[in-house]
Amino acid sequence: MGREVSVVPGSVGGVSETTSSPEVLIRAEGLVKTFAKKQGAEFTAVAGIDFEVRRGEVFGFLGPNGAGKSTTMRMIGCVSPVSGGHLSLFGMEPNGQGPQIRARLGVVPQEDSLDLEMRVRDNLHVYGRYFGLPRSIIRERAERLLEFVQLGDRAKEKVDSLSGGMKRRLTIARALINDPEILILDEPTTGLDPQARHVVWDRLYRLKQQGVTLILTTHYMDEAEQLCDRLVVMDKGRIAAEGTPRELIEQYATREVLELRFPLGEQEQAAEKLEGIGQRLELLPDRVLVYAEDGEAALVGARGRGLEPMTALVRRSSLEDVFLHLTGRTLVD
Amino acid sequence: MSTQILTPDAAATERSRRVPGGLVLSWRQFRFWLTLFRRTWRGTVLSAILGPVMYLTAMGVGIGTLIDQNHSLPGGVGYLSFIAPGVLAVTAMQNGIFEGSFVVLGSLKWNGNYWAAVNTPQRPEDVMLGTAMQGLMRIFCLALVFFCSMAGFGTVHSAWGLLALPVVLLTGAVFLFAMMAFSVTLDTDQGLNLVFRFVMTPLSLFSGTFFPLQQLPGWMQPIAFATPLWHGVALSRELTLGTVDAGSALIHVGYLLAALALAYWLARRNFRARLYLNR
Repeated sequence: MGREVSVVPGSVGGVSETTSSPEVLIRAEGLVKTFAKKQGAEFTAVAGIDFEVRRGEVFGFLGPNGAGKSTTMRMIGCVSPVSGGHLSLFGMEPNGQGPQIRARLGVVPQEDSLDLEMRVRDNLHVYGRYFGLPRSIIRERAERLLEFVQLGDRAKEKVDSLSGGMKRRLTIARALINDPEILILDEPTTGLDPQARHVVWDRLYRLKQQGVTLILTTHYMDEAEQLCDRLVVMDKGRIAAEGTPRELIEQYATREVLELRFPLGEQEQAAEKLEGIGQRLELLPDRVLVYAEDGEAALVGARGRGLEPMTALVRRSSLEDVFLHLTGRTLVD
Repeated sequence: MSTQILTPDAAATERSRRVPGGLVLSWRQFRFWLTLFRRTWRGTVLSAILGPVMYLTAMGVGIGTLIDQNHSLPGGVGYLSFIAPGVLAVTAMQNGIFEGSFVVLGSLKWNGNYWAAVNTPQRPEDVMLGTAMQGLMRIFCLALVFFCSMAGFGTVHSAWGLLALPVVLLTGAVFLFAMMAFSVTLDTDQGLNLVFRFVMTPLSLFSGTFFPLQQLPGWMQPIAFATPLWHGVALSRELTLGTVDAGSALIHVGYLLAALALAYWLARRNFRARLYLNR
């Protein structure tokens, strides 16, 4: 099965990893971002959030569009000044030491911002030069990174000819050129087809195994469940909950969910009859969710009350249910 | 099947984490533009040389011959010798405006290279200055080619004329930074076209390039005097004709430097606001 990893990306130049307690790389306290709007009004995108990211973990921001995830990412990436509260990375402050911090970060923005006219390899080259890396080092790293993201045979092609998934992988390779201590990914798989998403996940999972600290935002709960060690659920600029995916599901949802669909117009009455079955009911426009430890038993109970749903499905609870419970809304509208 | 992603070249990584001061970061941005320039330089150089030669031939041999029959220019100067230093300054302005327009907007909207750059140690001011460096390089190189053509046509009458090169570089720089300050606030190229039509063209025509300002109606003259281009044109002409005096030269240079300082400050401020997403 190939060679073992002999170097952990991001381990050089930083504080050594021999300390027993996990080292905190990013710390935010009461972090606020406001944007000035016309007529002197202010728009608050991030309304005072606290979190810590430790070395080697995959930390996620889960939430719908407009929750403040990307704004938070940009503050962490030191490209959007902090309006209030406190934020530090590697013990430095973004508002004063942005360039020093960015030298140690790898950023995969929501939009790839690749130079389409340039060849694949040259995109890595010009980016690496911004960090002051020598040509020989860049050449060597580019070759390895392109292999890693499975673009080794595309090195001499123009970026224009790549598919969406390949461009995203190239952006990931580019972000790794400076051997970053933290890799920041803003919605890494949004807009990709399912197969391309899985390839990206696979690469990110390998990075995680090699000990790279990853921060990602997503509005896909399956992505968060697959990749994140710990995550925060964001809504309207605030953090609604924090924990491991398992903790969050245990805390905010039951073990199983029974999904029932009824004919149009009969859902309200059905929901009244379901009252008391399971621990909690959630009414969505197209279906009723019954949260119960035992979904099958809940279905038997519903049928026992004379209900005949068009379809019935028992599944395990997911982060989607956590989000629904915390905010009353679904993640992807 | 885990693979080793990066070689353990810790020394290189360690060096890349040290962020240099001074103009090193701007220089890196400039190097980025040089890398791009390597793809397209042939076409640029050819048009840079053919343009001035055709222009001076048409103006001097064509129109100039007609005008010189009337001997109507002040000081009995030939028409070609009169307009050539003016066109030198106008070309520098136009190149400044061009280099500050699509280059900046394209980097924001189509190529995305500015958004890539700010995720590295590059600061908005480095991005701005590095982009300006390549603009200045082009302004200077094109001015140099034009100046050599001028000399070939016998329109440089004094050794002071060599100083016209830094003067038109300064003139071009004023418009370069001003245009960059404007372009970085845009989302479409409509605003650029407005500048080309309603700023660049009138300035080219009414800043004393093709005829002495005294020909204009009295009320228009102070407006022309207030434009940075007129100061560039006037000083460039005084230098190549050898009629320069210290007093007027100081006023022209002082005016251009003040305009440059303002344009630079605006460009720096606007790049920061745009690239650091504070809007």
